[in-house]
Amino acid sequence: MSLVDALTEPTERSRDDTPISERGPAPVHIVVAFGFWLFLLSDIVLFSALFAAYAVLSGQTAGGPIGPQLFDRTNVLIETGCLLLSSFTCGLCTLSIEARNRLATYISAAVTFALGVAFLAFELTEFGRMVAQGAGPTRSAFLSAFFTLVGTHGLHVAFGLGWLIVMMAQVATLGFRPMVVRRLLCFCLFWHALDIVWIGVFTIVYLGAH
Amino acid sequence: MATPEDTSQDKAPGGAQRGRNGVLMYLAGLFFAVVLTLASFWAADAQSVWQPGIPVLLAALAIGQMGVHVVFFFHISSGPGDTNNFLALAFGIFVVGLVVFGSMLIMSNLNANMLPMDRLMEMQR
Amino acid sequence: MFGILTWDAIPFDQPIPLVAAALVMVVMAGIAVTVILRGWWPYLWREWITSVDHKRIGVMYGVLAFVMLIRGFIDALMMRSQLALAADGAPGYLPPEHYNQIFSAHGTIMIFFVAMPFMIGLMNFAVPLQLGIRDVAFPTLNSVSFWLSAAGALLLNVSLVVGEFAKTGWLAYPPLSELSFSPGVGVDYYLWSLQIAGVGSLLTGINFTTTILKLRAPGMGYARMPIFCWTALASNLLIVAAFPILTATYAMLLLDRYLGFHFFTNEAGGNAMMYVNLIWAWGHPEVYILILPAFGIFSEVIATFSGKPLFGYRSMIAATLSICMLSFVVWLHHFFTMGAGADVNAFFGIMTMIIAVPTGVKVFNWIFTLFGGRVRFTSPMLWALGFICTFVIGGMTGVLMAIPPADFVLHNSLFLVAHFHNVIIGGVLFGAFAGYTYWFPKAFGFTLDERLGKASFWCWLVGFYLAFMPLYLLGLMGATRRLQHYDVPGWQPLMIAAFAGALVILAGIGFTGAQLVVSIRTRERRRDRTGDPWHGRTLEWSTASPPPAWNYAVLPNVTQADAYWGMKRAGLTANNAAQDDWQAIALPRRTSVGVVLAFFATVMGFALVWHIWWLAVAGVIGLAATGVAHAWRTEHEEEIAADVIAESERARRRAAT
Repeated sequence: MSLVDALTEPTERSRDDTPISERGPAPVHIVVAFGFWLFLLSDIVLFSALFAAYAVLSGQTAGGPIGPQLFDRTNVLIETGCLLLSSFTCGLCTLSIEARNRLATYISAAVTFALGVAFLAFELTEFGRMVAQGAGPTRSAFLSAFFTLVGTHGLHVAFGLGWLIVMMAQVATLGFRPMVVRRLLCFCLFWHALDIVWIGVFTIVYLGAH
Repeated sequence: MATPEDTSQDKAPGGAQRGRNGVLMYLAGLFFAVVLTLASFWAADAQSVWQPGIPVLLAALAIGQMGVHVVFFFHISSGPGDTNNFLALAFGIFVVGLVVFGSMLIMSNLNANMLPMDRLMEMQR
Repeated sequence: MFGILTWDAIPFDQPIPLVAAALVMVVMAGIAVTVILRGWWPYLWREWITSVDHKRIGVMYGVLAFVMLIRGFIDALMMRSQLALAADGAPGYLPPEHYNQIFSAHGTIMIFFVAMPFMIGLMNFAVPLQLGIRDVAFPTLNSVSFWLSAAGALLLNVSLVVGEFAKTGWLAYPPLSELSFSPGVGVDYYLWSLQIAGVGSLLTGINFTTTILKLRAPGMGYARMPIFCWTALASNLLIVAAFPILTATYAMLLLDRYLGFHFFTNEAGGNAMMYVNLIWAWGHPEVYILILPAFGIFSEVIATFSGKPLFGYRSMIAATLSICMLSFVVWLHHFFTMGAGADVNAFFGIMTMIIAVPTGVKVFNWIFTLFGGRVRFTSPMLWALGFICTFVIGGMTGVLMAIPPADFVLHNSLFLVAHFHNVIIGGVLFGAFAGYTYWFPKAFGFTLDERLGKASFWCWLVGFYLAFMPLYLLGLMGATRRLQHYDVPGWQPLMIAAFAGALVILAGIGFTGAQLVVSIRTRERRRDRTGDPWHGRTLEWSTASPPPAWNYAVLPNVTQADAYWGMKRAGLTANNAAQDDWQAIALPRRTSVGVVLAFFATVMGFALVWHIWWLAVAGVIGLAATGVAHAWRTEHEEEIAADVIAESERARRRAAT
């Protein structure tokens, strides 16, 4: 019994005619998910500052290479495919967690993890190729903004992968206790949010390059 | 999909649709996302589209796809149980829009009114 | 091995910082020795440092804010005395290098480590009590937030002894703050301490927004929430939306400085104006993050001491939320002179004037609350009344500067300095002091000495006008801000008057200290046994002073706004309730994760400032390992037995009758 559960006194107040706002403290899984939802929004705002920097600085190439000379759309399409598929498998993971199905959770998480690794591998290859061409982040303001925006998304993916490993270890050692389930569902939200950022990245950075 | 009695309960974002509709929901999300992504990649190079309209088309496709993700992956709806989630999202969109478009407006206005930075530095030499 | 850290980093050749640092270290060592010798350490560790109780964390935020207020105020005294002396060719006693660090540190400390912790501390203490719940949504995260803020403050203060602080002003505009113009470690200290504290603030914002929206006593719908909770909600929403912009902006400057990126440099296409744009996209909401909770405190204080419900409760909510939204669309008024065209300047100027409308609504609401009320002139009420007069002047000078052509004249002058001190001292600081004197009896169970409190208020009020009205005049006479010396002899009398004002404020701070000491010594006479020393209106006054760890033995059932007022009117207070069958309560368990994370964050920040890469990596690993280890903690709560609660409730009733 958790604190917040204890606070919720299931009296006649939970009748449907009482407005949600007057029913007393919300149950803990809703509190946690809503808190995490706010965190995601703040994370998106962080990205919005990076997007703004990219939008303002993308023309400032300082005589260096411009976007279309550097970007490989096929590569981006494959990266996008990895992320979209991983979001789907992450959704399956959510369903497996809801069903408390351990094997299905492991499998869907493993596929999600593999797709995330593949995404990062493609991205790092692209970064490496650009740096080798002399188009590293110190070359121009455009490339600084590019590497920071895309790299921050990549860092989030890498962080998500680390988090996923920890969560699988938690499922293995602690099982589907409420605390672990709440965290797993937060992870799934996090993973879906990375997709939303990526839609912005591929549209503005890669397809919008001219 | 949410049943009527569901909507009067407080909901967590991403709260999965239990049971039969769960997989269908994510499949539909994946389908729309893939279609919109492919459309975006096609539109970026399309010769058959009026060229100045392409950025607008790309923006529309991206916003549509983000909407698909919000509905099918985050399961945010407009029901009373989602009021907090929805309002928080709306506030987030408001701020993101202000930061991105406000910065672009301000900086392009600056560039139009002031000497570009490199030229300014030349003058100081 | 130690990066760029050498013995040269310690300013042996500068007596002022060295003596100050030595003094601070002697005091800290003295406190540490006392704590250890008296055997207080286990108590401090168990009951405070590792506590996740929102009330304790709120008090610790208050202590942090007071300590940093003294540090920041010493900086202010040094600046004012320097300017009282350095006229007409006289050099004063502070060399420019040192003076630049002082005004940068003053601004940074006062905003990030005084105003922010003070407001967050008051929210921590009061919001869960007012909502009628037992703790915030994420108590452990709350402790982490506090300790990260403290870690940022610590790192900033280390710069006093080891190395230097930024000489760039409190917002560190590039290109001055870029490596080519500020090669020292000062800007790095600034950036890392604020990044660490900024994460703490963001987590607080998430925590309190969730708390207010999801955890309220049964029956407390939105239109029944105390107004302070509404303003706290708006303020925390702003934190959630604005602090990430700050983090991203500082991250870009850090990348410029550490890895040679070109966001804001003069070379390779960087654009310093983009920094100014982004930092104010955070900076303007930040102003309202600070002032909105103060508005809430004044609303509570004025309603309580007028003995009337707040006039226009719903219009107050609407005004609060309008300010919350509008605060995001005015940021360009901080850089009208940067060169945007007339159309853009006009838009932001008009939006700035519009934001004065909801603020005006609030002022009228406060005045109408006073009107016809039975006003008691206690010290919280004096702060509130002083605020109304002072803040209106500050607000009007703000609207004046919202006119772009006027701003072109006043920009960067002492007029501007006077304006923002007018709103921050007259608004935020007065609000903090009002909140401090208002909730102190609730937090500690005894009232503060009223005479010394009033003396403090009058010193602050008189000192403020004496210190800052001359600055308005000086600004109109052409004095710019951040001057180390000046050649116009005619300015000196006003500068001396401003210094005298600072001394009067010093007396005010002295009276606040004396008030605390005297009140603690005479606490037995000042005990608040009823829990309701002010005849309050909101729920926090319905429980004991100080409240038990669980706040409420039974969650209150709310049927109206001003819930406790209604209960008293209906004769339904806990003191005469018949109930005597108490239930056990689960409370969050204490944890050291906050202070451990803050330790590693400080190590990481210090190592990054001095380029000690192995130590920075160790710090990051420490942070990650602590987080992962904490994830395996399974016992998050401890149960308070029913008879403990019953005994506490009975003791309270005995004391009250």
